[in-house]
Amino acid sequence: MPQLRYTKDHEWARLDGDTAVCGISDYAQDALGDVVYVELPDVGRTVKAGEQIAIVESSKVASDVYAPMDGVITGVNDVLSSNPALVNEAPTGQGWFFKIKFSNAAQHGALMDEKSYADYTKGLHE
Amino acid sequence: MESDNPLKYTPLYDLHVSLGAKMVPFAGWAMPVQYPLGMLKEHLHCRAAAGLFDVSHMGQLVLEGRNILAQIETIMPGDFIDMQPGQMKYSFLLNEKGGVIDDLIVTRPIGEDDKVYIIVNASGREIDVAHIQKHFPDVKVTLLNRALFALQGPAAAGVLSHFCDAPEKLSFMTADKSHLPGIGECFISRSGYTGEDGFEISVPNDTAEKFARALLKYEEVQPIGLGARDSLRLEAGLCLYGHDLDKQTSPVEAALIWALGKRRRAEGGFTGSENIQKQLANNGINRKRVGIRPDGRALAREQTIIQDEHANPIGIITSGGFGPSVGGPICMGYVDIDHAKIGTPIFLLVRGKPIPAHIAQLPFVPHRYVKKG
Repeated sequence: MPQLRYTKDHEWARLDGDTAVCGISDYAQDALGDVVYVELPDVGRTVKAGEQIAIVESSKVASDVYAPMDGVITGVNDVLSSNPALVNEAPTGQGWFFKIKFSNAAQHGALMDEKSYADYTKGLHE
Repeated sequence: MESDNPLKYTPLYDLHVSLGAKMVPFAGWAMPVQYPLGMLKEHLHCRAAAGLFDVSHMGQLVLEGRNILAQIETIMPGDFIDMQPGQMKYSFLLNEKGGVIDDLIVTRPIGEDDKVYIIVNASGREIDVAHIQKHFPDVKVTLLNRALFALQGPAAAGVLSHFCDAPEKLSFMTADKSHLPGIGECFISRSGYTGEDGFEISVPNDTAEKFARALLKYEEVQPIGLGARDSLRLEAGLCLYGHDLDKQTSPVEAALIWALGKRRRAEGGFTGSENIQKQLANNGINRKRVGIRPDGRALAREQTIIQDEHANPIGIITSGGFGPSVGGPICMGYVDIDHAKIGTPIFLLVRGKPIPAHIAQLPFVPHRYVKKG
């Protein structure tokens, strides 16, 4: 299974050829609670790492989602509009948000791996 | 607004923590916002079976004085003198302009002719007592130190009938005392704030946890936090004080004319009645509380600006979120009276973008109150 890497804003990205599949982390979905709405970017949009491009809303709060890498949006997970609960059920699987055809693969390597991210989220509780 | 005062704890605090609740400060109290089940499932469970809510933060007042029903008619707009023993009424404390200081439930107890029981919002505990005492220096006002539960949902009556005969005897908006073996004397009413059949139960502090645990032993009963309490009451079209109601808003604007006694509307004679009678006369209000359904799935939350099709501001959302039983976003808010008709298309300014919505019928989910006789 290709490696998942994480941003400090709790997005994850998994490389698949020249594309990065992206979503929000298990930690993020747990903190948000029941996800009831997801707003996704337009396909074809050029995005920069750190740019706010999606919104995820739980019954509690609306939260911005940022692009983990530079590139072009090549696909979005339309199922989330009718079944946003997938984000809670399978945040790093069927609950993915968007795909980016990336322009700089090195940006992926610079993100946190599973262990670093686990340490990072543990630190957020202390 | 949270003050610097230390948080207050209800008699069920330890139980909430042991059940894994997420505790938050609410109106000065440490309260469970959700349990491990989560807001959405808690909400749906309450509509399908039964939910147990700790509402001990609310104020339980007893007013005692001569002709107490006639006395309180001078500061509240309800028809109290015609109440039967055991009957309850939703009412308000009003200011001189007819604005709502607090919304509350008044009960005429059985066999205690000089008393009324009043349940007020947590935020109103001190304000309401001061207001009442100011108007009636001779009335004895007592704030009861007891726990208060709400047991709500279609299975509530069945579960409670294992403990007492209140479900058999009580109809919606009536109350009576009941002695529960091992628990003590409880004051039980058939009422609540979810739109479901249910009960509110005033319980002695020292047996509150024992009783709550006994109720939770029934598989029909799940503990429900403030999060689901809010979505349940919003679906039921019920107002939350400080959000849908405040001192600048009258019951007429809030579409709560039904809570003003018919005789009282005609006769007046209560604080704020002059303004309210003016509003009740032809076209006396400029804005009105309405239900709102966004056409898409994006949520519109409190303070969202409402616009007409020309982007003119016409109102504001006062409660908004996701309705789990509705399966989509729902709101209540105030709009200019010209836009208050059901079906009127409007726009909600969400994150700078106008999203289409329309004025909708309240409640969003039909009430299922049990009225007998």
